[in-house]
Amino acid sequence: MNNDYVVKMENITKVFGKVKALDHVEFSLKKGEVHAILGENGAGKSSLMNVLNGIYMPDEGQIEVKGQPVNISSPKIALDLGIGMLPQHYKLVDVFSAMENVAAGSRKTSPFLNKKKILDEMGKLIEQLGMDINPNKKVYEMSVAEKQSLEIFKVLYRGADILILDEPTAVLTPQEIKNLFEIVKKMVATGCSVIIITHKLEEVMEISDRITIMRKGTTIQTVNKEETTPQELAGMMVGDVMELNVPYVPVERGQKCLEVKDITAIDRNKVHILDHVSFDLYAGEILGVAGIAGSGQKELCEGIAGLYHIKSGEIIFEGENIVGKNPEKISQMGISLSFVPEDRLGMGLVSSMDIIDNVLLKDYRNKKGLGISREVSRDKAEALVERLNVSTPAIENHAVSLLSGGNIQKVLLGREIELEPKLLVTAYATRGLDVGSSQIIYDLLNEQKVKMKPIMYVGEDLDVLMSLCDRIMVLCEGRVTGIVDPKKTTKEAIGLMMSGVRSEGEEACSIS
Amino acid sequence: MLHIVKKEVPKTREKIIVRLSAVLAALAVASIIVLVAGANPLELYIGIVQGCFGSLYRFAATVEKMVPLLVLSLGVLVAFKMRFWNIGAEGQFLMGAVGTTLVVRLLPDLPLPVMLVLMIIVSFLFGAVWLMIPAFFKARFGTNETLFTLMLNYIALTLVTALQYDFWKDPAANGMPKIANLPENALLPSAGGFNLSILMAVIIVLAMYYFMNRSKIGFEIAVLGESENTARYIGINVTKTIIIAALVSGGLCGMVGMMQTTGVSGALSTEITGGLGFTAIIVAWLSGLKVPFVVVNSFAFAVLLQGASYIQTAFQIPGSVAEMIQAIILFFILGSEFVLQYRLVSDKTKSEVA
Repeated sequence: MNNDYVVKMENITKVFGKVKALDHVEFSLKKGEVHAILGENGAGKSSLMNVLNGIYMPDEGQIEVKGQPVNISSPKIALDLGIGMLPQHYKLVDVFSAMENVAAGSRKTSPFLNKKKILDEMGKLIEQLGMDINPNKKVYEMSVAEKQSLEIFKVLYRGADILILDEPTAVLTPQEIKNLFEIVKKMVATGCSVIIITHKLEEVMEISDRITIMRKGTTIQTVNKEETTPQELAGMMVGDVMELNVPYVPVERGQKCLEVKDITAIDRNKVHILDHVSFDLYAGEILGVAGIAGSGQKELCEGIAGLYHIKSGEIIFEGENIVGKNPEKISQMGISLSFVPEDRLGMGLVSSMDIIDNVLLKDYRNKKGLGISREVSRDKAEALVERLNVSTPAIENHAVSLLSGGNIQKVLLGREIELEPKLLVTAYATRGLDVGSSQIIYDLLNEQKVKMKPIMYVGEDLDVLMSLCDRIMVLCEGRVTGIVDPKKTTKEAIGLMMSGVRSEGEEACSIS
Repeated sequence: MLHIVKKEVPKTREKIIVRLSAVLAALAVASIIVLVAGANPLELYIGIVQGCFGSLYRFAATVEKMVPLLVLSLGVLVAFKMRFWNIGAEGQFLMGAVGTTLVVRLLPDLPLPVMLVLMIIVSFLFGAVWLMIPAFFKARFGTNETLFTLMLNYIALTLVTALQYDFWKDPAANGMPKIANLPENALLPSAGGFNLSILMAVIIVLAMYYFMNRSKIGFEIAVLGESENTARYIGINVTKTIIIAALVSGGLCGMVGMMQTTGVSGALSTEITGGLGFTAIIVAWLSGLKVPFVVVNSFAFAVLLQGASYIQTAFQIPGSVAEMIQAIILFFILGSEFVLQYRLVSDKTKSEVA
């Protein structure tokens, strides 16, 4: 029966410094199956796949591919064995067409580009898989989903029959996810085997044949889909049974705090990244912002914080228009606005500095004179670490980049909340965090809501948005396609709005 | 097969041991060159120590070599902390020296204290302006400062050449292309070979320690260096910060021009920098951009420089041999960084799990 397995990994151990990323992990892949690897962040899913793809060398353990013991020391060798991995960040040449991207770097092509031959070959494969790829379309004109299809296609074209997909659905709309799964099913039908990394349970149940659950660098179990339930999987994933529901706290909403009127912004490619966006934000409410990645969420947040140029329109906060003011001016006006950006280490924090200095970032201006004092910030940092239970060896001389994702976010959000802001804007506050850390973040936000703070919460997980928020504003290509009450709508309805269908609700009507 | 594994952060003790062994290993390798040059390595190394500390006069010479390197390194450090690659310390040094000489030429009869203060200010400004030009273009148009500052070195050098061979050529020098020596009322007072620039350097070190570690603007420079997005996010005025850092960085390098002209060489010339502006980059980098380590490392470099010039005369070996010893030591120290940060692991041995 051993021949049935195309991949067998045994006893794989990988150590980074003091951290055991993988601890005697077992994994096997059968021919023609879709195998999901499920786990929280930091469970070792990506590390394991990087070992299989030759990016990491395991410190211990054996790998067998198609019955042969192998030593995979580079992605090139992996590809020779038929293993291809879809990168999380697409590596495509923007100004090349789909066909040129496929040809570039492929060892099948001759020094001179034989377009006809490649087009023929591509056509066959495209038809076989039912993919939506136009070989002549330039990459910069493509949507995220198209780019993803192209990356998958590239790997297949190069002869891979074992395909690793690392969180492929994170950036897709529900409709696009459906298309992706169709393609996956067709690939399997033609003899490929697929490994899919995810932490979305419903997708696992839909697409996979077998499921391996990982936790803290070890394999917990491999189960057949038919023999399990989402509840059981979630249980194995987080260890002990956890409340998966995001708590909603009812609060009587207060007065209007922020009024965004008809703002428009244009990005580098002259695209209207924000197109006549209008909405209000009230004290004591969490306004969710939903949308496919890149629909203008980032620009909206940064625009409010004074970091993105707003071409026209008004942002009225406590009676003053803050459009055209940079963060320095906004704080000089006495408006304390806290913005928790998407890019935590690149914008919200200084990755190489310790917690004290990162707290100092927002503090140092309060001291008079030319000097800075770390004493106040030290006390604050200590309080923050204790209150939010940040796990760190030290608050001094220990760079925040060395902390785990959850702890980094606790430092950032904790710092912003400590400032007692009049407005809190968060972008993807729980992205990349495990269930436990996310829970703490939700509790913090609810705490602020009870204190009658206006909160804007940009999120990507619709389930979370629908249970956490009082209202959800949906963005699509920079336009507001609806502002809805999550208690009175369905996930599908929001999904439709995300793909551009306008809501018939009353609030949305006032916009158009 | 061997592969490279990143180590955890090394302890200070380990760092010291590794660096010391690097120096010892370098000296061992350098011995071969010394032998080829026909000298006894052990005697030569003892000679270096004697050349630096053997007498008060020689120690003064060591300190004299340390001071310009120290101040230049501090200047470079400010810019580097902001990830602004100021490769132009040489040029700012020269321009500072030009400014100093200009003061004497315009106002030759000032009393010494006034003269010195004025020269300090003007040399600071000349160096600062020389770096503010690329800083302005960087802040405004995003130009590359590495090439810009490097090119300005050559412009400064050519300007000094033109002054030396033509405009400011000393008519009393019998046709020698040379700028006239500074008058008595423009020379730094000195006692027993130690001149006033030492005191200036001490003040600068203390001020820079405060500036980099305890001042708002120093903090802003560090934040901006780490991430421009974060700087904008917390409301730092990016342009203003770049300009201030350039002012301090270029200004310090310019002041070295004044210290060297009035304290050591006594006249402006094209040879006045001795390449120290480039050595300062190495010193600042080896010190991890930290002020206290800059002091230590400048001293170590000064020992090498002074030792080299001493053994040339004492042992009659070519100056290039001394320079080779210097370069070998540097190479080993830089190489030891690898040992500190990585270790090699063979596939055969089971790696121990910490």
